[in-house]
Amino acid sequence: MKKVLFLMVCMTVLSVQGMYAQKYMTRTGKVKFDATTPTSPEKIAGVNNEVASILDATSGNLVFQIFVKSFKFEKELMEEHFNENYMESDKFPKSEFKGIISNNSAVNYSKDGSYPATATGKLTIHGVTKDVTITGTVVVKGNSVTLQANFTAKLADYGINVPSLVADKLAKEAKVNLSCELEKK
Amino acid sequence: MRKFILQLVVFSVFSSVVHAQKTDDLMDMLDKSTPAAQKKQYATATFKATRLIDGMTVENLGAGVLDCRIDHRFGQLSQGSSNFYGVDDATTLLDLDYGITKWLMVGLNHSVLNKEYGGFLKAKILRQQKDAMPFTLSYAFSTSEQTTPSPQLPVATDKWYMSNRLYYTNQILIGRKFSEAVSFQIVPTIVHYNIVDSNKTNNNTVALGLGGRVKLTKRMAITGEYYYRLTNTDMTYQGAKTYNSCSLGLEIETGGHVFQLMLTNSASITERMFIGQTTDSWGKGQLHIGFNISRVFTVVKPKGFKGSDAK
Repeated sequence: MKKVLFLMVCMTVLSVQGMYAQKYMTRTGKVKFDATTPTSPEKIAGVNNEVASILDATSGNLVFQIFVKSFKFEKELMEEHFNENYMESDKFPKSEFKGIISNNSAVNYSKDGSYPATATGKLTIHGVTKDVTITGTVVVKGNSVTLQANFTAKLADYGINVPSLVADKLAKEAKVNLSCELEKK
Repeated sequence: MRKFILQLVVFSVFSSVVHAQKTDDLMDMLDKSTPAAQKKQYATATFKATRLIDGMTVENLGAGVLDCRIDHRFGQLSQGSSNFYGVDDATTLLDLDYGITKWLMVGLNHSVLNKEYGGFLKAKILRQQKDAMPFTLSYAFSTSEQTTPSPQLPVATDKWYMSNRLYYTNQILIGRKFSEAVSFQIVPTIVHYNIVDSNKTNNNTVALGLGGRVKLTKRMAITGEYYYRLTNTDMTYQGAKTYNSCSLGLEIETGGHVFQLMLTNSASITERMFIGQTTDSWGKGQLHIGFNISRVFTVVKPKGFKGSDAK
């Protein structure tokens, strides 16, 4: 009996938590990457202004979804090479992150401010999933939450092959800059 | 105590399942809210360049992109050592193409053979899209003017018009990227010759072009092209019998350049020449080695990048 009661309490707590889960969302977040090295003949960088993300403020659960083909480049040919030769975006159209803000309790979503935060979870790029921990900032302002982070992604970790001919013209690690303003849903 | 532990285990398993579901649920929400426009998956880079070997492909240049092309065909391989296997006897086409929008491009060119000046435009009308459109369709119009030597009138006493120098080609290009490696296109074509060798010859040649590529690696492909004439196969060019144009190529991409090496029976490169006026034959071993070099430059930066530094 006690057990049943206990489980019922658990389920009630969880479902209540579910009901009151406060979600923030965007489809127009921004992510930039730069893989330029000092020996690159040109700037190797792309930007994506269509990053989709949902943050469940109650649990800290956080997801990102990016269509690889939405990355824009200064040079059309670079965009073609990015999609065709490196990211194989026909085969792997999306990049994703599924995780949680591990210090979510330290963020007060009802009070404006800038809170340092750490997200841990699974990052999938080019069909390869890796466990990652990313540190950044959660900026709360009224009904919006802005997630900001800088991190690096090693191309080899995600099975992105760089031919030896251009190996010194492309950085081994891409610098990634993320900035997404999520609105309360 | 054991019961309590069991409860804890049940609870933690239960809550972790709930947690795992939750990020999946959030991801589902994102999937469901994806706008239709973003879900569309267009095929890109069906071919590496706007020309396959001699003929055009369904591909267009991007908006604001300039393509400088040098197309070179050597003489017949069978000319032997006295003519250095054709290398001493070469012809060149210089070509400058520009993408006005992502679906419309124009080009100007000059062919050394017959000192021919040409121009063309190509419009991409349909784009291959996953689960929606099975192929890409483009339309191309090209025209050229032969300057030196002047084309010969079939009857020497006929009146001479400036338009006698002009040729027009209309093409519908239908291409499909079957997989990462394999692309294919068919190209219904009409070439109009304002004057032909004989009054008995029709001024229009209808042909069906077939072209394809098979990638060997990400940056290298085998290409092939064949223009099969449906009409006017008995048309002569300067008195010589004409043949269908057939070419085999090797395409190599190195960063900003595309190199195309080929073995072909067409020494000429303009549409009206290689489609209807190829006078050499594979059967007779009258083959030419040639190459195309394409180098693209971004002249006008896309929106959002204007004013940004190139390096």
